[in-house]
Amino acid sequence: MTTTPTSTVPAPVPAKQPAARPVTVRRKWTEHGLVFIAPFFLTYALFLLWPLVSGIGMSLRSDNITGEGGEFVGFDNYAEALQDPNVWSSLWNTIWFTILSTVPLVLTGLVMALLSHHLRFVQWLWRLSWFAPFLLPSGVIGLLFLWVIYPSDFGFADQLLAWFGLHPGIGWLTDERYAMLSIVLATVWWTVGFNFLLYLAALQSIPQHLYEAAELDGAGAWHRLRHITIPMLRRTTGVVLVLQILASLKIFDQVYIMTGGGPDDSTRPILQYVYQSGFTGYRIGYASAVSYLFFALIVIVSLVQLRLSQRKGESA
Amino acid sequence: MSSALTDEGRKARWTPGRFVVLAAALLLAVVWVLPLAWALATSFKPEGEATKTPLHWLGSQFTFDAYRKVWEAGDIGRWMFNTAYISVMTTILTVLLCAMAAYGFSRTEFRGRKVLYAVVLGGIMVPPQVLMAPLFAEMVQLGLVDTYWGVILPQVAVPAMVFILVKFFDGVPRELEEAAFVDGAGRWRVFWTIVMPLSRPVLAAVGIFTFISTWNNFLWPFLVTTDPNGMTLPVGLVNVQTSYGLRYEQMMASVVIAGLPLLVVFVLFQRQIVRGVAHTGLAGG
Repeated sequence: MTTTPTSTVPAPVPAKQPAARPVTVRRKWTEHGLVFIAPFFLTYALFLLWPLVSGIGMSLRSDNITGEGGEFVGFDNYAEALQDPNVWSSLWNTIWFTILSTVPLVLTGLVMALLSHHLRFVQWLWRLSWFAPFLLPSGVIGLLFLWVIYPSDFGFADQLLAWFGLHPGIGWLTDERYAMLSIVLATVWWTVGFNFLLYLAALQSIPQHLYEAAELDGAGAWHRLRHITIPMLRRTTGVVLVLQILASLKIFDQVYIMTGGGPDDSTRPILQYVYQSGFTGYRIGYASAVSYLFFALIVIVSLVQLRLSQRKGESA
Repeated sequence: MSSALTDEGRKARWTPGRFVVLAAALLLAVVWVLPLAWALATSFKPEGEATKTPLHWLGSQFTFDAYRKVWEAGDIGRWMFNTAYISVMTTILTVLLCAMAAYGFSRTEFRGRKVLYAVVLGGIMVPPQVLMAPLFAEMVQLGLVDTYWGVILPQVAVPAMVFILVKFFDGVPRELEEAAFVDGAGRWRVFWTIVMPLSRPVLAAVGIFTFISTWNNFLWPFLVTTDPNGMTLPVGLVNVQTSYGLRYEQMMASVVIAGLPLLVVFVLFQRQIVRGVAHTGLAGG
């Protein structure tokens, strides 16, 4: 493999044209590596690495939105952020949303996958109804719930309650007691399909012979679920859980559209505070500092995920 | 085979337990379809009837009035075009750049390759939202605010996609490519005529995934477009929602218009999307 000559055409000039000179297969493997990588890497450097680095620089300055008129202030922005009650309250809102949404999103996804896997028919119907909402833009979700599901009295949610004889008139998005829960409900409805599909794929990869053996041993359906399915899904659950936590922490769109962070900032997530500081408050240096604090949180969770997936790789 | 037979047997057997499962699934399906059905029903009502209580699925008459008014208002067609253009361009560029880079990382050797790959993998951890402030400042400096490229370029280099494709290429045996090399084919020919066609399923998965997430992206287009003419569909709708007054029917008509293209994409590519999510989703989030 390493020394097979592949071309006998003599090279007229010592140019870099591969076909024009004797090359080996070995050589082919080493050719052009950078050329293949360069277009991606340049874009990556320009629109991810550079803002990542320049953001650190900005977070140490007091710049406004256009990047002008500021000066170097050291860690002042970070010190201010750590003492800013808005940072802590929006961080807490983010974490509270993550806590409230993760468990139902993972459990509902699991239940849906179990149901559809057990039924083994009209799969398209389950996929369409449970996964389709995931494909809709956040703008559509936000407006749908804001305009026709959650309004008091005539909204669909209130009318549904009235149909069951319950008292309508709930301020789903305007009452501090319910706003976050309403956002969680809408989010579960919107994104659970993703977890459903991940679980479904995992279920389909469980070897069938395990169930057959259990059936021969006289194990009932509940027993098979409890002692085969659930343990076999443990690894998937770990991955789904971490992915869900990461996704929930990044919440912004639906809150911004449905409540704008209200009532009284009670649903405002940290990303919205970053947006407000930088884009409506024009303090882009401060906004950068806050977003790096948030980034630190994401990195911690991601590292946990990395550990999990590495362990997955080892045991696989 | 006996396993196939038992499988078939299970498929046909309608035990009471299975009816319970079916009932539960149907109930969940109904709950999940209701909000969308309600949006659809509302969009076909005559103006002013959306707020009537008690709840009625059908208005006094079935009308496309709301759709006509929304379309005549002008902007939504323009936004649809913007969204389609941006999504298609982003998808093509993402698939192309990520596939090339992944091939480079998987199949070539040069000094510093491992370091570069580590730098790319590290990027998986960086949520684009964290970069909104510095990226916007960069766009101001580059003069890309309110341009298509300003929306497209930051979404193109997706490290998770490179990771997925590297994994895929690593699993493909090298014999085919080696044979082509022996026959004198160059690097590019091998890439275009052997590797790319061979990777069609995974490229489709990456492509569809990219298309959907670009179509749906809210925050970045929202930040980088201020001119209503350049807005994407989701951003435009959110921006003008107040200008609809309290016309719920028109609002829902635009919601349906904005959501429909992706539902059509889903019905057409259901198999690829499901497989794509199962594979890409686990790696990329």
